[in-house]
Amino acid sequence: MPSKRIINISGRIWKFGDNIDTDIIMPVKYLSLSSIGEMSQYAFEPLIPDFHTKIQPGDILVGGENWGCGSSREQAAAVLKILQIGAVIAKSFARIFYRNAFTNGLCLIGQPGLVDSVKDGDKICIDLINSTIQIDNQSTTYNFSPLSSMMYDLLNAGGLIPYMQKVNSPNR
Amino acid sequence: MGNTITEKIIALKSEQKKVNPGEFHQIKVDRVMIHDLFGPFVIQQFRKMGFKKVWDPTRVVFIFDHLVPANTIEAARHFQEIFNFADKMNISNVFEAEGICHQIMPEKGFVYPGDVIMGTDSHTCTYGAFGSFSTGIGYTEMAAILGTGEIWVKVPETILFKLSGKLPSGVDAKDIILKIIGDIGTDGATYKTMEFCGDGIAGLTMSERMTICNMAVEAGAKNGIIPVDKTTSSYYYQYSLSTDKYLTISSDDDDAVCHSTYEYDLSKLEPMVSCPHTVGNVKPVSKVSGYKIHQAFLGSCTNGRLEDLRIAASIIRGRRINPQVRFIVTPASRKIYREAIREGLVQILIDSGAIVTHPGCGLCAGNGGIIGDGERMISSNNRNYIGRMGSKDSEVFLGSPATVAASALTGYIVDPREFIR
Repeated sequence: MPSKRIINISGRIWKFGDNIDTDIIMPVKYLSLSSIGEMSQYAFEPLIPDFHTKIQPGDILVGGENWGCGSSREQAAAVLKILQIGAVIAKSFARIFYRNAFTNGLCLIGQPGLVDSVKDGDKICIDLINSTIQIDNQSTTYNFSPLSSMMYDLLNAGGLIPYMQKVNSPNR
Repeated sequence: MGNTITEKIIALKSEQKKVNPGEFHQIKVDRVMIHDLFGPFVIQQFRKMGFKKVWDPTRVVFIFDHLVPANTIEAARHFQEIFNFADKMNISNVFEAEGICHQIMPEKGFVYPGDVIMGTDSHTCTYGAFGSFSTGIGYTEMAAILGTGEIWVKVPETILFKLSGKLPSGVDAKDIILKIIGDIGTDGATYKTMEFCGDGIAGLTMSERMTICNMAVEAGAKNGIIPVDKTTSSYYYQYSLSTDKYLTISSDDDDAVCHSTYEYDLSKLEPMVSCPHTVGNVKPVSKVSGYKIHQAFLGSCTNGRLEDLRIAASIIRGRRINPQVRFIVTPASRKIYREAIREGLVQILIDSGAIVTHPGCGLCAGNGGIIGDGERMISSNNRNYIGRMGSKDSEVFLGSPATVAASALTGYIVDPREFIR
């Protein structure tokens, strides 16, 4: 379906702990703001105020167990996409966040082994074709379970909206 | 090899003879629930995707609960946008001030055994109490369902929880699910089904079953589910509905394969509390007994039902709550509210010094009653995350309605068993 395939994602690491819940990623009090862009100014506010001013496009978030647990709020995935986060790597993900991320064209990688051996600021490169991760100044190559074709299609389409737009397109 | 209830429902709704854990399938959705907080986002995505018509307006339910009544212009805008859309799409099921979505869905007859129900709320897993396959999704996926009537699912493995025995007095369904989450952890059931069965479950009311399935997501589960039995059938009977046609898929095959099995003897359980700031931090109430509280909250889709208000009222009747404690009680629905007034429960609660609010998500959605720096709350809801119900320097402990009511009386967290009469 997609014409262009995403092969590599590289960026700079931001390190987080276990159980980063959706109330931390996107606190409920900002959910009735009218756009994801406005909300994104408050991403991670309980943990890192003004997060949006501190990150660079392409940064990669690395967390522990159960990333994205809690509420079904898709805004938690959508703000990361709009802040141009390149990917999230974690030991494990909560399921609703997992769906919401790929729905928004945001790549998630489950890799339990790598998380404890990286730090803030490390440069990292994810190879989606070979399902490997390389970190600058480390000789180890980390493997991860390949994305299912469903997730890879969503990622390449840029999320579920462009995917459905294509389905609904009169020229299909 | 046989199948579990969840596998049977997915097979039926994906028109497969049999499905296996780990497979991806496109399934037909019987009902969707969209609440006020995410309604406008669903509508926006629906339009962006290029859909013009909802696949089946009779299967769509909008419920206003997180923002009711509106206290910001933005919230009022959410209501307006949903009303406009529902009008245009001929969706007549819009509930403006009836109560919490997960209470209203079964109360209004939108939940049946064997149904696939998707909601824009993580606690949509509550309907597993009725033998439905139900789970929470985001607003974009909801928009795609509105257009197509379908969604993809990965068939989950099932973890079986066999409950036996009878709960001791002063211990209830909330203590069961807190105990389980404490044991398996907040990611103990990630991507999986938590199925609750055994004679211990057979002895629980629908309200208690809803409390248990409601919190399946707090262990990371995709869904919670309980086999359909006599209690389920009598629940539907009182609404003049029959469950007969659902019975074929409402229990596991004898040779169904589960991921793992846990067994609990309910007669050995004690009151449990989940301590800050993660639901998995569960301890027997005796371990935190004596912790001073500033506020107590009884309500939410976990424990805001009539049975919960009855427990609280029976503990509080004729007593005053501690003058230094704010006790907020929020019935889960208008129906419960009306019944609680009729039974005199509201009178008892108000006389004791409690604040009884209108039905809705209330404090659990961060509305009305948030707590300040350094304050501590005992609460009957399902989440105690940092800052969810007030200051990020506050603490929330989760407990049963009995634990909440007894603690409101004393002013500190206390074992409710000494207050049961």
